[in-house]
Amino acid sequence: MGRTLFDKIWDEHVVADLGNEVALMHVDLHLMHDLGGGPGFRMLAEKGYRVRNPELTFATADHAVSSAPGRTEDTNPVGGRLLRMLRAASAANGIRMFDLGSDGQGIVHVIGPEMGLSLPGMTIVCGDSHTCTHGGVGALAFGIGSTELVHVLATQTLVQRRPRRMRVTMDGAPAAGVTPKDMILHLIGLVGAAAGSGFAVEYAGAAIRALGVEGRLTICNLSIELGAKIGMVAPDDATFEYIAGRPMAPKGEMWERALAHWRNLNSDGDAEFEREVRFDSGALAPQVTWGTSPEHVIAIDGRVPDPDGAIDAGRRASMRAALEYMDLKPGARLEGLPIERVFIGSCTNSRLSDLRAAARVAKGAKVASRVRAWVVPGSTGVKRAAEAEGLDRIFRDAGFEWREPGCSLCVGANGEMVDPGKRCVSTSNRNFVGRQGPGARTHLASPVSAAAAALAGCLVDVRKLGVEPWKNS
Amino acid sequence: MEEFVRLRALAAPLMRDNIDTDVIIRIDRLVGGRPDEVGKYAFELLRYLPDGGENPDFVLNREPFRRAQILLAGANFGCGSSREPAVWALQQMGFRCVVAPSFGDIFFANCFQNGMLPVVMERRTVEAIAAEVEADAAHGFVTVDLQKQTIVSPSGKEFRFEIEPARREALLHGLDEIGMTMRREAEIAAFQSRDRNRRPWIYR
Repeated sequence: MGRTLFDKIWDEHVVADLGNEVALMHVDLHLMHDLGGGPGFRMLAEKGYRVRNPELTFATADHAVSSAPGRTEDTNPVGGRLLRMLRAASAANGIRMFDLGSDGQGIVHVIGPEMGLSLPGMTIVCGDSHTCTHGGVGALAFGIGSTELVHVLATQTLVQRRPRRMRVTMDGAPAAGVTPKDMILHLIGLVGAAAGSGFAVEYAGAAIRALGVEGRLTICNLSIELGAKIGMVAPDDATFEYIAGRPMAPKGEMWERALAHWRNLNSDGDAEFEREVRFDSGALAPQVTWGTSPEHVIAIDGRVPDPDGAIDAGRRASMRAALEYMDLKPGARLEGLPIERVFIGSCTNSRLSDLRAAARVAKGAKVASRVRAWVVPGSTGVKRAAEAEGLDRIFRDAGFEWREPGCSLCVGANGEMVDPGKRCVSTSNRNFVGRQGPGARTHLASPVSAAAAALAGCLVDVRKLGVEPWKNS
Repeated sequence: MEEFVRLRALAAPLMRDNIDTDVIIRIDRLVGGRPDEVGKYAFELLRYLPDGGENPDFVLNREPFRRAQILLAGANFGCGSSREPAVWALQQMGFRCVVAPSFGDIFFANCFQNGMLPVVMERRTVEAIAAEVEADAAHGFVTVDLQKQTIVSPSGKEFRFEIEPARREALLHGLDEIGMTMRREAEIAAFQSRDRNRRPWIYR
């Protein structure tokens, strides 16, 4: 029987078979960030271990740094302390760090692919659940906790259970105004936020093949919101073109060897998946969340569902609590709902293609007076590239704030939050209770929907603005 | 790591789906906070009122549930962020076992690193145990036996659960995974030496 993409990468990384589908796996790349990095090194030292393979470990600062224009490392004082801990520990352990202001600094899931660190066929881990993002280049990547992080530092391996395999096939071609973010949000709404629990997900189909790597990274990023800690797309020519020439990518003869290897990374025709899901991306409308789980999502022209229609008591309870927190009623329309904040950024949607798409919507228009709108590029590299083509000017002229790279408003770990009771249209990945600040009400949406909401001052159907189809960069 | 063999304790029902790790412990309590003090902030936005007082409506603030050591939860418990302090926060509240229809994968793995037992049970079974507990909370004692892989409800109904053998073994004996892997150094070195020839671009 054929093997899936996941199986091929998994099998290649087994250091020891521990029986019952448990294996000691080699970790090819370990990425660290400011929030978990310093504490991780401290735990390592407390346990009396040392870093086994510093050359396979890279660090950057993203979670706790301020995104304020002109920031210093102490703009957020707690973040400054975490940054210095990480810097000192990285230096002491021989680990390369992409520090504030340098090329390569940025959200860890943006810089990995951008710097050519994240490559097809690799096992990649990071103490952050959105590590699944790197599956967009065809890597087997997943988030880990602090004890597992120490395990990786000390041994360059992890004990893992082989997950079941799920394939999600997205057919067709999305309409104008429908982006990779809408495709993955729709999927989560369709199958639920726990559907991927225990699975590694492979995204396939014409709509995925047509996407550039940045769109695939967005799709894979939300795998964890589907419940799956691993999401991936088989690498193809688009992937190889994206990686070629990046600072840390293989070069010359090494590139040719790597490429020959990567061309085998795909699911065999007769490979079997324990679960298959399929839908037509051509039938989708722009998606927006109404509640406090990413599964609480509807089309922008739809209506908020009634909890009484849910089958399970647990789901009903979750929906009722969400409606109360979000101050919404069953049957309500989201279109026209007034908002106060817009956040375009995060490891989901802060890459150049995201900013270009949002800028096309913002160009020549004005942010509504009731709205404070932020654009936070995902990395120093994205920021420079965007500025080189004048995107910052388009955003600023329209009344958006153009900020410094980091996790910013996605995570509430850097002093940047949405005030209690305020509504924020956010291109991030979590609409959890209090995620953007205590009492903050988050509506997840695509970069173009978020930009359109900033201009309108309310949730709006971006298709009515005559938006262009999604473009890959 | 602390062993988990058998536990007879009060159970508390928190029967709502999708309790995420942000709800279990807010990230701003982790930034600059002490890992041994996260318990008092567990479920912060549900547990406390805006003025800092306890929310009397929150189930874990009510007697006898504030003394519970077993948490009965809805589906997808611990979804979201990989933050391991979510497990520490529950432990510092006194919990040693969570029973739910499904868990966030990373939270589930983190539990086993800390001597916390996550038990997957069918939704209707968790709901049935929760209903018994709610009907007579003061006598809502549930027994979780990892050796026998059973849960016994307050009225004596016994349910079997599945658990992966290596994880069961590690919990029963409090084994430290890192220590066990350190003993495989020769295998790791051999793997890397083979792999370096096969995939030299990995080793930068």
